[in-house]
Amino acid sequence: MKEIILIKDGEIALKGLNRRQFEDRLIKNIKGAIKDLGQFEIKSAQSTIYITPLNDSIDLDDVCDRVSRVFGIAAFSRAVVCPEKNLESVLETAPVYLADTLKNIKTFKVEAKRSDKKFPYKSPEICRETGGAILKAFPHLKVDVHNPDLVVNVEIRDFGAYVRGGAIRGAGGIPVGTGGNAAILISGGIDSPVAAYMMAKRGVRLTAIHFASPPYTSPRAEQKVVKLLKKVARYSGDMTMYTVPFTEIQETIKNKCPEELFTIIMRRLMMEISQRIAEKRDCSALITGESLGQVASQTIHAIGCTDAATTLPVFRPLIGMDKQEIIDISYKIDTFKTSIEPYEDCCTVFTPKHPRTRPVLKYVEQAQEEANFGPMIETALENLKVTFINPRED
Amino acid sequence: MEHYLDNSATTIVYKEVAQKVTEIMTVNYGNPSSLHSKGMEAENELIKARHIIAKSLGAEDNEIYFTSGGTEANNLAILGTVNALKRRGNKIVTTAIEHSSVYETVKNLESQGFQVVYIEPDKEGNISIEDFKAEIDSNTILVSLMAVNNEIGSILPFDKVGKIIKENHSPALLHCDCVQAYCKIPLKPKKIGVDLATISGHKIHAPKGVGALYIKEGVRIIPQHFGGEQESKIRPGTEALPLIGGFGKAVAMADIQKNYEYITQLNNYAREKLCAIDEVVINSPKDALPYIINISVQGIRSETMLHYLEQFEIYVSSGSACAKGKPSHVLQAMNLNRDLADSALRISFSTDNTKEDIDALCEAVKNGLKTLVRR
Repeated sequence: MKEIILIKDGEIALKGLNRRQFEDRLIKNIKGAIKDLGQFEIKSAQSTIYITPLNDSIDLDDVCDRVSRVFGIAAFSRAVVCPEKNLESVLETAPVYLADTLKNIKTFKVEAKRSDKKFPYKSPEICRETGGAILKAFPHLKVDVHNPDLVVNVEIRDFGAYVRGGAIRGAGGIPVGTGGNAAILISGGIDSPVAAYMMAKRGVRLTAIHFASPPYTSPRAEQKVVKLLKKVARYSGDMTMYTVPFTEIQETIKNKCPEELFTIIMRRLMMEISQRIAEKRDCSALITGESLGQVASQTIHAIGCTDAATTLPVFRPLIGMDKQEIIDISYKIDTFKTSIEPYEDCCTVFTPKHPRTRPVLKYVEQAQEEANFGPMIETALENLKVTFINPRED
Repeated sequence: MEHYLDNSATTIVYKEVAQKVTEIMTVNYGNPSSLHSKGMEAENELIKARHIIAKSLGAEDNEIYFTSGGTEANNLAILGTVNALKRRGNKIVTTAIEHSSVYETVKNLESQGFQVVYIEPDKEGNISIEDFKAEIDSNTILVSLMAVNNEIGSILPFDKVGKIIKENHSPALLHCDCVQAYCKIPLKPKKIGVDLATISGHKIHAPKGVGALYIKEGVRIIPQHFGGEQESKIRPGTEALPLIGGFGKAVAMADIQKNYEYITQLNNYAREKLCAIDEVVINSPKDALPYIINISVQGIRSETMLHYLEQFEIYVSSGSACAKGKPSHVLQAMNLNRDLADSALRISFSTDNTKEDIDALCEAVKNGLKTLVRR
């Protein structure tokens, strides 16, 4: 039996005149997500996208798995193409295609959609006949139009007749690339990958910035970030990661700044450097995984001081979330296990015993100026390491 | 010229694989658990190999646990499951034609009081799925069956048992010994409800001493060894990295579909030529895995013919190489008559074999039949 995947747009359907742009981007993203699995025909009609595999060796489970992570999709389903576009063909196909599911349930109903009005039977007739055929094949079933275990959909379209079982919920959101570009500051903890995922869901294309301080941080910490970004890239698509050599700056903070301000100054410098990278890369915002009150550098005052170091908008999608809520998402996107690998990263180097929770911007700026980080920032920017991240095989 | 037709016993290690092994032993020789860069390089080799193997099984990287080979993986799967589930039942369902590393393990459990059911093959060597339907119940904690039999090449209904376990509401885990099937037919354990799958390196041109157990995410088994954090504590001990790296390389080199087509041709040719010899009977079922043909040269004892062929550098096996000297429990279970069982030979192919190897074998068998003294 020839199976295809039918995709329903998500929020895109609410868009006005620029809807076409969103749809084109979504199709492009779907293509990108499945291109290494084989050859497909992808077309869109009547706010449904059709994915038809062109080689037999393609495993539709794999395709569904990829599609389930593309933003901009409300729901999708596997459907079988009836060999012919007539009622007999539908009646023959439906009970066979859905046999495995029908065997294990008690109630069902049939819904029909006839967008090809030339089809000689009307929707209620199609429903009745298909329901009859299913009941004949599986006499243990009952029809329940209010609360069925399975809704069997029959769709009569211009270019064919399809039968499908229940739909699978898509990733939601809007297509990546329709929401501009932003740079995510990623350390390797639990929060930043989740923040990256959440902004990608709102259509943002990502660039990643990571700070490394060898020998205080381990190369494995950087490798861990690559691993995390690969997981995120399954949702957000390919991205570039910039690794900033941060050792000299961190050593200077340690040597020249007051201990209780270490973290806040470090974060301000990260913002400053990130803004420089972002501007070159055409990113219009920064993203961090900060959650209000989680640690000393994430108090309302500390965030105020950090924000003052950049003129770009800083998105903090986790700002109002509890740790457990963040962890739940990290499980969902499969980053949790990697995040908790125990390697020293730049945020844990030289942590002060008693960080200032209510830093005053004036004093922070003063301390920072005295240390004169300017030339060090330039050196760091000249020595960026670029890594290309894609979720597929190397 | 050498005619190696015993590829189900073991295979030649590919040059590229041996190179990889050497490279890891002499260059990336670090301990994957070391924190320094030598360790990280080694760990990267481990990650790479694990990923290649996971992908070949349609699995996630964290579902692959390296072992010292098929035997250890089978032991770990069976004993680990039984220890984890012994409070939920005491019945084990397996077949009478398993490899000795499964057979002897469950026999040992039987002596400890577990109820073990051995499903018998028909006289062709095929195992019927109906028997599983009848035997798997709510008291069954483990079902273990091989994908492909190592002696006659019959393909077992391993892809249908998972469904039965579900339908019969059994708590059993499904273990599948895939040593002879791996990289020869497509295997996707997750899709067919297999919880544990054993694979081995040396049957597919990797070195001896390395294998792996696939353990489905979420399935809990009790480790049989205790030590460090390696392999998520399921199989501790410093990883045999050179062998694992070689294993990964061999898997990456295997082109299942292309190889299968080639071996099928070879098998058809061999069957045709062998059937033309009057005394030869083919014991493998028609739809067996084409990599293996079990034959009997009536009138000549297996070992006699084996040593006769060896003089011409033709290498085959009598029964399974793991059970030298003993009559094969597989052929016995098939109720093969004594004469056929005593004269059985296993011919097993790899893609290095050619029609010339088969011609040489047939010639030698014919000559042997002329010159050897019959019983």
